[in-house]
Amino acid sequence: MAKAQKEVNQHLVVDPITRIEGHLRIEVNIKNGKVTDAWSSGTLWRGIEPILQGRDIRDGGLLAQRICGVCTYSHYEGNTMATEVALGIRPPTNARLIRNLINAAQFMQDHIVHFYALHSLDWADIGGALKADPQKAADLAYEFSKTPYNASVAHYREVKEKLAKFVASGQLGPFANAYIGNPLYKMTPEADLITISHYLDALQIQVILGQMKAIYGAKDPHPQTLVIGGISSVMDLLDPNRLAEYKYKLDNVHNFIKNAYLPDIDMLTHFYKDEFVKGWGIGNYNFLSYGGFPETNDWEAKYRYLPQGVVYEGNLNIFEPTVDEKSITETVAHSWYEGPKVGLYPGIEETIPQYTGLNPDNTVKGDGKYSWVKAPRYKRKVMEVGPLARWVVGYATNHKDMRKRVDEFLKKHNAKFEQMYSTVGRTVARALDTDYICDGAYIFIKDLIANLKQGDESTWTRFEFPKEETNACVALVEAPRGSLGHFVTIKGKTITHYQVVVPSTWNASPRDEIGQKGAYEASLIDLPVPDPNEPLEILRTIHSFDPCLACAVHLIDTDSGKLRKFKVEV
Amino acid sequence: MKKDTLDYEALLPEVDERLKKSCSKEQEQLFYNNLKEAGFTRRDFLKWTSMITAALTLPPIFEPRVAKAVAAIAPRPTVIWLHFAECTGCTESFIRNINPSIERVIFDTINLAFHDTLMMASGKRAEEALESAIAKYKGSYILVVEGGIPTKDNGIFLRIGTNAETGLHRLKRISKDAKYIVNFGTCSSFGGVQAAYPNPTGAKGVHDILGCEVVNVSGCPPNSVNMIGTLVHILLFDRVPPLDLSYRPIWAYGGRIHDNCERRAHFDAGEFVEEWGDEGAKKGWCLYKMGCKGPLTYNNCPRYRFNQSTNWPVGAGHGCIGCSEPDFWDTMAPFEEPNDKAGIRIPAFGGVEATSDAIGELVTGITIGAVGVHAAGSIIRAKAEKKKKEEEKEEKNKNDQNNTGENK
Repeated sequence: MAKAQKEVNQHLVVDPITRIEGHLRIEVNIKNGKVTDAWSSGTLWRGIEPILQGRDIRDGGLLAQRICGVCTYSHYEGNTMATEVALGIRPPTNARLIRNLINAAQFMQDHIVHFYALHSLDWADIGGALKADPQKAADLAYEFSKTPYNASVAHYREVKEKLAKFVASGQLGPFANAYIGNPLYKMTPEADLITISHYLDALQIQVILGQMKAIYGAKDPHPQTLVIGGISSVMDLLDPNRLAEYKYKLDNVHNFIKNAYLPDIDMLTHFYKDEFVKGWGIGNYNFLSYGGFPETNDWEAKYRYLPQGVVYEGNLNIFEPTVDEKSITETVAHSWYEGPKVGLYPGIEETIPQYTGLNPDNTVKGDGKYSWVKAPRYKRKVMEVGPLARWVVGYATNHKDMRKRVDEFLKKHNAKFEQMYSTVGRTVARALDTDYICDGAYIFIKDLIANLKQGDESTWTRFEFPKEETNACVALVEAPRGSLGHFVTIKGKTITHYQVVVPSTWNASPRDEIGQKGAYEASLIDLPVPDPNEPLEILRTIHSFDPCLACAVHLIDTDSGKLRKFKVEV
Repeated sequence: MKKDTLDYEALLPEVDERLKKSCSKEQEQLFYNNLKEAGFTRRDFLKWTSMITAALTLPPIFEPRVAKAVAAIAPRPTVIWLHFAECTGCTESFIRNINPSIERVIFDTINLAFHDTLMMASGKRAEEALESAIAKYKGSYILVVEGGIPTKDNGIFLRIGTNAETGLHRLKRISKDAKYIVNFGTCSSFGGVQAAYPNPTGAKGVHDILGCEVVNVSGCPPNSVNMIGTLVHILLFDRVPPLDLSYRPIWAYGGRIHDNCERRAHFDAGEFVEEWGDEGAKKGWCLYKMGCKGPLTYNNCPRYRFNQSTNWPVGAGHGCIGCSEPDFWDTMAPFEEPNDKAGIRIPAFGGVEATSDAIGELVTGITIGAVGVHAAGSIIRAKAEKKKKEEEKEEKNKNDQNNTGENK
């Protein structure tokens, strides 16, 4: 470590960024062991939008959901809702609630898989766990929860022994080259052991969540139940056993969230209090949330379980309660596409690939184009989206329930709201989100039972294909990773234009035409990198956003290899 | 010429010899301890073993051998899992396994030496882990591929690693020393969603690039039973299962969805869902008229369903979209309308559909072994005609009654 610090100026390439969805490269300049500048580059391009164009509108959702195999339901819903907006229809109550139930399982699954499988090992050291005292670990678990999940001396001993044997086998599998003993790890060995023990438990819980999605969604990933105007899982809806099955599994998940996830987050905050207080990993202080889980059949933005709004400059008083979709623009100034430098509304922009390659030493051309990700902006400002943004917006709207949860957490840790804007805060917000949505699922179940009891069995709204081409119609929804917009234009049975602005495009964006850094880039500045071979703090911060690059890099319009221009009347 | 089946009985001595040589008591003990700790009994495991043995269409005599292979083989076979142009849905499907759960898979059954989504190290350290696994297990590792490979403009649409190697180059380089290449999902099998028209990145499946023998566990995503089963087959026999002409394991993709579908009786009886949410939908009638591609699709979904048999598309009232067939995005669409190309005539219109062979040729350009069920085609047709006549008679009666009612 000391040796690395002697090198004063360094340029570090981190590629692949692992434990994410898709392909991401981060490059940073390091001076005296701290990040001074950063570039975020999406290194894969798939081209889903041109593939969607010209297809049957009823196929759109099935294809669009293949943008992502993780938040697969979110794109399915985004496409279906955008098409429903275009057709001027809304699904009946049963369909809305079934969608909310599937979506709730999607959120919980995404967050739990993310925190445990993809993020927790940034905070807990496997090496530490090997040194833990199982008795002390059990005692510690009781400090953070009255009824800790799967906690006993015998259990912790077994987990520890298993880890030890695993390490002794020499075949470390996914833990090969782990950053064991890195000084940035701050948990005690016992806390490491508890976290890793829950890492293993979480693998079982996410299986249950997959089943919950499949009950009404057919399968997971890539469910197959949404149709334009409703849902297809009519028999499952009308079968009370299915609801009981969902509820039983939800109880299991609820137990895990209350007695493992939330206590683990408390424990993490306790051990990483310094990072939390110092505000490491702050993005750019602007937060955007479209709101999700419609509570009424007309989908009005103010009646959504997750609220909508925009907060600027980290100041809860500079708050706008509604999102104006026309204020969304995307720029390609630093992205591998041709086009004007100034950002355009997604509906009217052209997307022409222009790959300009890398420097001879395989680093990105930081002053030029360097990513397949575009740079979306809201009112020309960089926005952070995701759980943290949702909770900042929720707090700013004076949402009673959300405020209460945040205040309780802050009080427990003697912290201020502003500290939530950090890497730790982002991780905390995701846990609060999971818990809040779990409670939401119980509400949706209650509503569904009430509605069925009234004798309402309708699941679908009939529609007609429009003869004239529609305007670009938008569905703004929340995916687990943040705000997701699907923009669709249709004529007859056919999709004539398609655009998606996804959560990770917001967060992973490169610089724009006036040099504003994307959220990832901004969040990396000043982070410590004592050993460039083990860029733990960089991973911690990037992972805290839950990157999903397969989503972010699909933006392209071409036609059989030839470039095509799309003009849309808005 | 490919063989449709292996003589598994004849392979028994070979398998026994192999298990004797490579099984470790310690590994087995560890496996069962872990199983217990995760809340499974040995009985649960044996239940799973017999399921996977049946899924692989192996004789029951293999059940204890499958258990032995999964629990006790040491050192664990090394798997290098590469991601190309994909959505990570296959990984997600894989980790939704419960028995053996992902934990079991990681710790006990395979040595997952490289996996973007699950591995600890990033950047240079990740690359080192990959290179050292390739060097250490040269010629013996299983390469699992997830995602299509962009080939247009020399594959610049995907560059990975500190040296910004293209996906295309990476695949060619790392496949060289693999003992087996297993493609998980329709993307690595046939190019997948990014290869759908107009395929802007020139995405291709692995076989179309390498030309060597691969195993295509197709599906979007494939059922985890099919993924695990394929790995178990390799573990047990040290060879790939018999494959069809699309390189898909016949044990999983040898039968048509339509022939094993729980709604098949309604097809034969001429009972169809006519629009979403109608009476037929409530009663679970056939989804053919809603565009179900079950008659054109070869997979074992009806038997194993998804997410530990929780449900499957047809179960959830949605037609099959044919996601395990090559180019299904283009050949099967639109998904909510019956595919005329297949020449299927539904019984209500007076006839049973064409044979599975003809459909296979028409839709995917391949022929797979005839499905025995269709020998009974003429019987079904006769039944359908009888049924139709009865229906006509019934309808006539009904009309008569209605008319009488109105007259009153």
